[in-house]
Amino acid sequence: MRPKRNAVLVIFSMPALALIVLPIVGLFFRAQLGRVGSYVCCRPVAEALALSLTTSGLTAILILLIGTPLAYWLAFAEFRGKRIIDSLVDLPVVLPPVVAGMALLMTFGAFGLLGRYLNLAGIAIPFTTAAVVLAQTFVAGPFYVRQARVGFESIPRQLIMASMTMGASPLRTFFRVTAPLASHAILAGLVMAWARAVGEFGATLMFAGNMPGITQTMPLAIYSSFESDLNAAIVLSVTLVAISFLVITVTKFLLDPGRAGERPALMAALSRSSEGVAR
Amino acid sequence: MRAVVWLAIPVLALAAVFAASPAEAADTLTVFAAASLTEFLQEAQPLFEKENPGTEVRLNLAASSRLRIQIEYGGPADVFLSANTRHMDPLVKAKLAGKPSIFAHNRLVIAVPKRNPARIKMPCDLAKPNIKLVIAAAETPIGTYTREAIEKMEASGDYGDDFKARVMANVRSHEPTVKAVVARVNLGEADAGICYSSDITPAIRENVLTIDIPDAVNIIADYPIAIIARTRHRTLASKFVGFVLSPEGQRLLVKHGFLNARPTE
Repeated sequence: MRPKRNAVLVIFSMPALALIVLPIVGLFFRAQLGRVGSYVCCRPVAEALALSLTTSGLTAILILLIGTPLAYWLAFAEFRGKRIIDSLVDLPVVLPPVVAGMALLMTFGAFGLLGRYLNLAGIAIPFTTAAVVLAQTFVAGPFYVRQARVGFESIPRQLIMASMTMGASPLRTFFRVTAPLASHAILAGLVMAWARAVGEFGATLMFAGNMPGITQTMPLAIYSSFESDLNAAIVLSVTLVAISFLVITVTKFLLDPGRAGERPALMAALSRSSEGVAR
Repeated sequence: MRAVVWLAIPVLALAAVFAASPAEAADTLTVFAAASLTEFLQEAQPLFEKENPGTEVRLNLAASSRLRIQIEYGGPADVFLSANTRHMDPLVKAKLAGKPSIFAHNRLVIAVPKRNPARIKMPCDLAKPNIKLVIAAAETPIGTYTREAIEKMEASGDYGDDFKARVMANVRSHEPTVKAVVARVNLGEADAGICYSSDITPAIRENVLTIDIPDAVNIIADYPIAIIARTRHRTLASKFVGFVLSPEGQRLLVKHGFLNARPTE
């Protein structure tokens, strides 16, 4: 590329880049970083941080457990109506979180579709930490399922067949061949879903309420402290920016095509299609 | 040269985006008001527009605490109606708002779902173990009043030991607005909520019962109204304030469950 053209391209790229970078700079500028330490120790901030880490961790485990079979099914099975299931799985990604919260409330709330029966059994989900995890799982799950599915799809079928014909059970094949081969995609999907869970706000506020220590995660704490303690809100925001940035870096690293070569040479040799993991 | 032309396109596009943002008509009045005033203002808005042909009233309804911050950060308000003086006074002090007038009072009530699953009959029942109570966040005016009323109850000695601690142990959520508190009770998610008497609108009354809080332990909220200093529609703004304080505005407030501040003789 000629230097002159390149310069023009750089200039054209600046507005979008500035729009992303400037607000972050503004946030950090206002953060008075020297005081971060004194705020992290404060109870509401520490409580929100601990709650966010616990709930998003539980969410990640739950998503791994229930999302993996779904991703595997969508990757390998061909059936009528697969497109519909496919669209349904992606729905929470585009659904406004408040709508998600509303839907969860209408389902698991006191008079909800399932909630009324749970209520009779003495189980009430809204206003509990479980509600936070449920809201996060609903909203973040698709991010994992999508990525894990792409990972499974990129595995050459012959490898799985070979493992089975050599006498390994389907379960053993999954844990010894399929899962390890898709591990980068699985991990990347999980990290992305976890990040989405950490940032969940609307559905949590609607469905789980806002109670320090029980349902007040970091985004809710930012929203609440915005009015009472602006510095705490800024510190929490800066923390979330740092977490998000870390997540993006980790995901990029995991999905870096350059790392495909680090996988066993045999796998790479068997099929070039396995590079699809890198998507 | 061509690069300049190409460069001009996004610049012009950006300019178009900003130019396209609603150009404010000379007679558009932006009213920032406490969420508890929602129903009152929804009825007052067309009346005021009818009395002043060609004007348009835009409402921004949220918790007073949030509106105050929006105004401090340059929110385009012409008039501010707050649910307490605590969020009006700093604006007046900072010369962001003009001299406020009290235009209404409000009182607290307890709202319970009509089926009343926790069998709440009196304010002291709020301390019964394991009821699901929902209150407004401490930053909001109603949140402050709620806590003050509970403290008054404890101080009166008629509500048993540790009343406040027992009530606060029942709190399941600190909602961002009083309307969210009412919605929780309306949906039957909460066994009880504390809100303003004005929040119990006819629509809410279908699913919700109210329980009175005696005057001695209740909080009577003062609602101030003021013109925002940097308004470009001063005449219209003062007309609006006059409308709210007029016998007509006051009657409308009473209709919506407020106590009028200017009793008409």
